[in-house]
Amino acid sequence: MKPDVDPVFLTQVALVVVIFHALLLSAAGMVWAERKVAARLQQRFGPVYVGPAGLLQPFADVLKLFFKEELRPAAADRILFYIAPVISAAAAFSAFCVVPIGPPTDFWGLLPREVPLYVADVNVAVLMVFAITSMGVYGIVLAGWSSNSKYSLLGGLRSSAQMISYELSYGLALAAVLVMANTLSLQEIVNSQAGYWHLFGVIPIPRWYVFPQVLGFVVYMIAGIAETNRAPFDFPEAEQELVAGYHTEYSSMSFAMFFLAEYVNMVTVSAVATNLFLGGWHGPILPEWLGFVWFLVKVAAILFFYLWVRWTLPRYRYDQLMTFGWKVLLPLAVFNLLATAAGVIYFGI
Amino acid sequence: MEFEPILFYVLATTTVATSLLVIGQRNPIYSVMLLIASFGSLAAVYVLLDAPFTAVTQIIIYAGAIMVLFLFVVMLLNVPREDAAEYDRTHPLNRPGARRLGSILALVLVAELGAALWHVANRRLPSALSDVPPGDVSSVRKIGSVLFTDYAVPFEITSILILVAMIGAVVLARRDTP
Repeated sequence: MKPDVDPVFLTQVALVVVIFHALLLSAAGMVWAERKVAARLQQRFGPVYVGPAGLLQPFADVLKLFFKEELRPAAADRILFYIAPVISAAAAFSAFCVVPIGPPTDFWGLLPREVPLYVADVNVAVLMVFAITSMGVYGIVLAGWSSNSKYSLLGGLRSSAQMISYELSYGLALAAVLVMANTLSLQEIVNSQAGYWHLFGVIPIPRWYVFPQVLGFVVYMIAGIAETNRAPFDFPEAEQELVAGYHTEYSSMSFAMFFLAEYVNMVTVSAVATNLFLGGWHGPILPEWLGFVWFLVKVAAILFFYLWVRWTLPRYRYDQLMTFGWKVLLPLAVFNLLATAAGVIYFGI
Repeated sequence: MEFEPILFYVLATTTVATSLLVIGQRNPIYSVMLLIASFGSLAAVYVLLDAPFTAVTQIIIYAGAIMVLFLFVVMLLNVPREDAAEYDRTHPLNRPGARRLGSILALVLVAELGAALWHVANRRLPSALSDVPPGDVSSVRKIGSVLFTDYAVPFEITSILILVAMIGAVVLARRDTP
């Protein structure tokens, strides 16, 4: 007897596999892009030998990391030392599962009904991303503590303080968009950004939330950079002071997992920003079913911005980071949320 | 075979087991991690109850914010382990009077829990909860409007309580010189 297999179910399983590997590949691509962009900004060439334009460099790096010895400090806490990178990577990957990458599609009539292009169907998707991202901090904190090294511990402590401080602004910037869109589902938020506004009745501008939410977008991007521990907020690993911060004692694939988590987190933050502020898969010219191309273009643009910022701005001082987070960014985010709420209630924007 | 009951029993066992293990650890960091695991599986139980919003808030508030602070404090104080060897007989909590009071309180708690379980078995839920149709439990809109209309007073009182606690913490932590 042939088992009854639902083609929609199979597609969803395939989607899980595809998205997982796309994330892995995007992390590899980001490593390459980071080195290339850094090199260009510093008038160098970057990787050129391995593969065309050095494209295979990250794979060579991974191969090297595979064959490295896995070291563990003698006084480290064995269980937590091995669990920490797993928590980081798992949180990074699972956060992406609720992010839609394109409009629901039935693949040109091949499937009996439409399939939404994300892994998990949650109606509180935005909060879900927020919740899982906030789990990632445990990986870093535990890595710092379990290594039993002063540099790691300092990195871990800084990281937890930084994440707590910037999570608030991050969440409030998200909340302003939620107030405007009147929903918590990423799919519906993207759909509410379809179409155009007409400036002075003539000039069409897309209905993306980035235009009414300029302040929110700026706050989101800054807090997002801090959340992913990227320069100029890369205190958990500040090389000059802390050797490598929380992952000082890590080697081989455990180290690679932290690296992977960092890049996947960047991709997630960019993808969420695209969906919330930049209209997701909506865009001119391309037909609806090619929407994911717009999505990828926008995500790539934000990722490039990330790299650009990293290689342009020097690192803050730690007290400046805290002052900025609590005394500038948080009040701005609160003001933005209040202004948005007032606008929605009194002017019906 | 039904999938959901199996999932529920797995999650319930994990929740209870991790909660029990929390108090059985010598190392406070392990306690914190186990408590997070317990919160996580409890959140999964909420998902099974078709209340994803409650699940996500559970993760954001407890596992995401409060436990990070716990971990932070444990790491800052750097208490490697609680030594049972240094059992302090002269500690005020180890005096006979305090111990008797503690055991009486524990018995009262057990009795209360037992009574509560006994009553829940043959009583319907408060009307405000049972009037909500099943799908609406997860509705953020519903939760929000109920919170700001029917339960506005308790909600505001809780907010004031948290605000007072926060101001208290600021006052305590402030240095004397401005």
